[in-house]
Amino acid sequence: MSEPLLIVDGLEVALPGRTGVTRAVRNASFTLGRERLGIVGESGSGKTTMGRALLGLVPRPGMVTAKTMSYEGTNLLACSERDWQRLRGRRLSMVMQDPKYSLNPVKTVGRQIGETCRLHLHTDRRETDRRVLAMLEAVQIRDPDLVYHLYPHQLSGGMGQRVMIAMMLIAEPDLLIADEPTSALDVTVQNEVLRILDDLVRDRGMGLIFISHNLTVVSSFCDRVLIMYGGRIVDECLARDLQHASHPYTRALVAATPSLDNPRAELATVARDPEWLK
Amino acid sequence: MSDALTAWLQTDAPTSRRQAVMGNAYRALRSILGNPTALAGLIVIALLVLMAIFAPQLSLGKSPLDQDLAGRLGAPSSAHWFGTDELGRDVFARTLYGARVTLTIVILVAVIVVPIGLAVGTIAGYLGGWVDAVLMRITDIFLAFPRLVLALAFAAALGPGIENAVIAISLTAWPPYARLARSETLTVAQSDFIQAAVLQGASTWRILVRHIVPLCLSSVIVRLTLDMAGIILTAAGLGFLGLGAQPPTAEWGAMVSSGRDVILDQWWVATIPGLAILVVSLGFNLLGDGLRDVFDPKSS
Amino acid sequence: MITVGGLSVTFRSGRGQFRAVDDVSFEVAAGETFGIVGESGSGKSTILKAIAGLVPSTSAVLEVDGRPAAQRRSKADRRMLQFVFQDPYASLHPRQTVDDILREPLEIHGVAGADEKVQKAIADVGLLPTHRFRYPHQLSGGQRQRVAIARALILSPPILLLDEPTSALDVSVQAEILNLIDRLRRSYSLTSILVSHDLAVVAHLCDRIAIMRQGRLVEIITADALRTGAVTAGYTRELIAASRGFTRAVA
Repeated sequence: MSEPLLIVDGLEVALPGRTGVTRAVRNASFTLGRERLGIVGESGSGKTTMGRALLGLVPRPGMVTAKTMSYEGTNLLACSERDWQRLRGRRLSMVMQDPKYSLNPVKTVGRQIGETCRLHLHTDRRETDRRVLAMLEAVQIRDPDLVYHLYPHQLSGGMGQRVMIAMMLIAEPDLLIADEPTSALDVTVQNEVLRILDDLVRDRGMGLIFISHNLTVVSSFCDRVLIMYGGRIVDECLARDLQHASHPYTRALVAATPSLDNPRAELATVARDPEWLK
Repeated sequence: MSDALTAWLQTDAPTSRRQAVMGNAYRALRSILGNPTALAGLIVIALLVLMAIFAPQLSLGKSPLDQDLAGRLGAPSSAHWFGTDELGRDVFARTLYGARVTLTIVILVAVIVVPIGLAVGTIAGYLGGWVDAVLMRITDIFLAFPRLVLALAFAAALGPGIENAVIAISLTAWPPYARLARSETLTVAQSDFIQAAVLQGASTWRILVRHIVPLCLSSVIVRLTLDMAGIILTAAGLGFLGLGAQPPTAEWGAMVSSGRDVILDQWWVATIPGLAILVVSLGFNLLGDGLRDVFDPKSS
Repeated sequence: MITVGGLSVTFRSGRGQFRAVDDVSFEVAAGETFGIVGESGSGKSTILKAIAGLVPSTSAVLEVDGRPAAQRRSKADRRMLQFVFQDPYASLHPRQTVDDILREPLEIHGVAGADEKVQKAIADVGLLPTHRFRYPHQLSGGQRQRVAIARALILSPPILLLDEPTSALDVSVQAEILNLIDRLRRSYSLTSILVSHDLAVVAHLCDRIAIMRQGRLVEIITADALRTGAVTAGYTRELIAASRGFTRAVA
């Protein structure tokens, strides 16, 4: 595989709170090439915080430190807010869970997507519109002209997510971080959105980090999977090898997920081993 | 506070309902005391209460009613710390005893206004429909009148005196609490836990009293403390106009009124009770502000 | 045990009406665990609430335990049928301890021996005595759901309705709660209806399953049929395929 896009070594995120400092991410290390990496974990595992740290979105007083955190050669740890603004959207981007909360409710779809385009690609009005419409088509929206003028509250869940994807990919970043992009969607719509992501990521040769609590989706969509627990990456394997994982937590998660194809009398429960936190 | 008691109160696993309730109260108290605004307000009000209770002792035996016409309008001196008023009565003693009247009015109004407001608001919010419409229109009618004017009208109709002043003020003060209780009720009425109570066969009465009212209490209490200043001022206003406590009872508003004529030369007669009104109102405002910060789940 | 015939629920809002449930009929036998599966807007939760009498509905037949269920339920009716809600963070009163929450149904129905019943209920759902006097904010999502289940079962109702009981929980917690529900329905021979958007969850616990789509009943199938794919409706096939995860396009 060619030069990795993202190199993370020893990432630590500390969040000071009223009762002391919480280490939301502990000593996380991994690399990402032009592939799909899934990050699976339950609530409190640190997966969302890690995603945010990779985009410089951990708010103060949180502290992000690492031995290495570099993207396409740029040292992310040394970035000022100005540097981050230039990076985000243009070179790396994020799609979040609920378009209801992540799209600006008072701007039309076309304007929002156009804003991103103009900001990063410095296109004029006509060129922007052209690109926006092209992007809306690329995310399989049937009536781009109509949707261009709609407001977010007029969109269904699936369409909202597609608009979000359009907005985040229009400036052609090489890396997309998707944080629970399909968790708020119905299962049939989920697969449509995943297909769009699939096509775009493949056609553009992008790297994708897919953060989710849903093992089924991640194992079927991604190439590799990282399992997080208590802020730590406890296991790493190929998606197709998940069923045969060796780490007890991974095995427990797989066993605890009800599946149509493996009916079991009783679902295995996870016996938490404090060893995993070390 | 001993370590054992603190541990008992802060435990994660209370073993009786009493322990759980006290633990909760302890945590609430700590957060209130930890808020500087609330603490300041609490201190002022505590002083008010102490003044009222220990007025005889604090005034060193001086009576608020003893007249001394020869020594009238005397300046502050070692004999009369805040001077004497137009009838030679000790202003310091009268201010202390005036705290009693103020406290009485404030407590009585609170005790009347909160239950009425809660009842009207929660019933209107929970039952909805025409009950809601009727109750809210009644509330609107009372809300439409300016408080002091309506209080004056009631006081004039009922006659002067503390009890009537209390009634007059209560009649004008309850509507905002009904509105507040109603809006809290509307927020909560469709929640799953209320539906769960309905599913268990709880009567409407039970749901209102056991489930809804406890959730309205914190905003009502905050509103009440912030309102106190207004209530005190209204009471003082009524007193000023001769419609509250009647002479010779010491009441701050009446004292300010009787000191009006001599305010330029014998400033202490009107100013001292005026200052008392100011400080106590401020104290309640601070407490209300602090409580609102403490109870607001979003502030941390 | 439960008979539903031609059930419809219509919501009126400002501009017009919305048919949340359209002419749905099915039967649930005593001791059976019946599943209702659908996506959002399918009306699955609304059906459950209609059966519980929480939303007004019209139907040709709505019988619980052989007797017609009136729109207004009496206290005695309430002892027949209980409900577990989806959101563990909203189904418990924030100012009541677990003990208060569990005592309430007993007080309402004048049942004696509250103390032992509460202790037994707590143990039954896998909670510890130390949880008894805690407030909901001192409990985790899974623990709250256990309290909700304990509350539903404390009056020993023969029928239990569960509205997406594990959707808001982590996978590992979901497994524990599903196992708990399984154990309890067996010990108490409960008749239950379980609603979920998750086909795998429903197939795990239920004998027969109704597929709902936009307020209408698509078909009723057995859990086995779901697994083998021996279903008649195209929509059901779509759902089954979708729940298996994503299939990559052949490059």
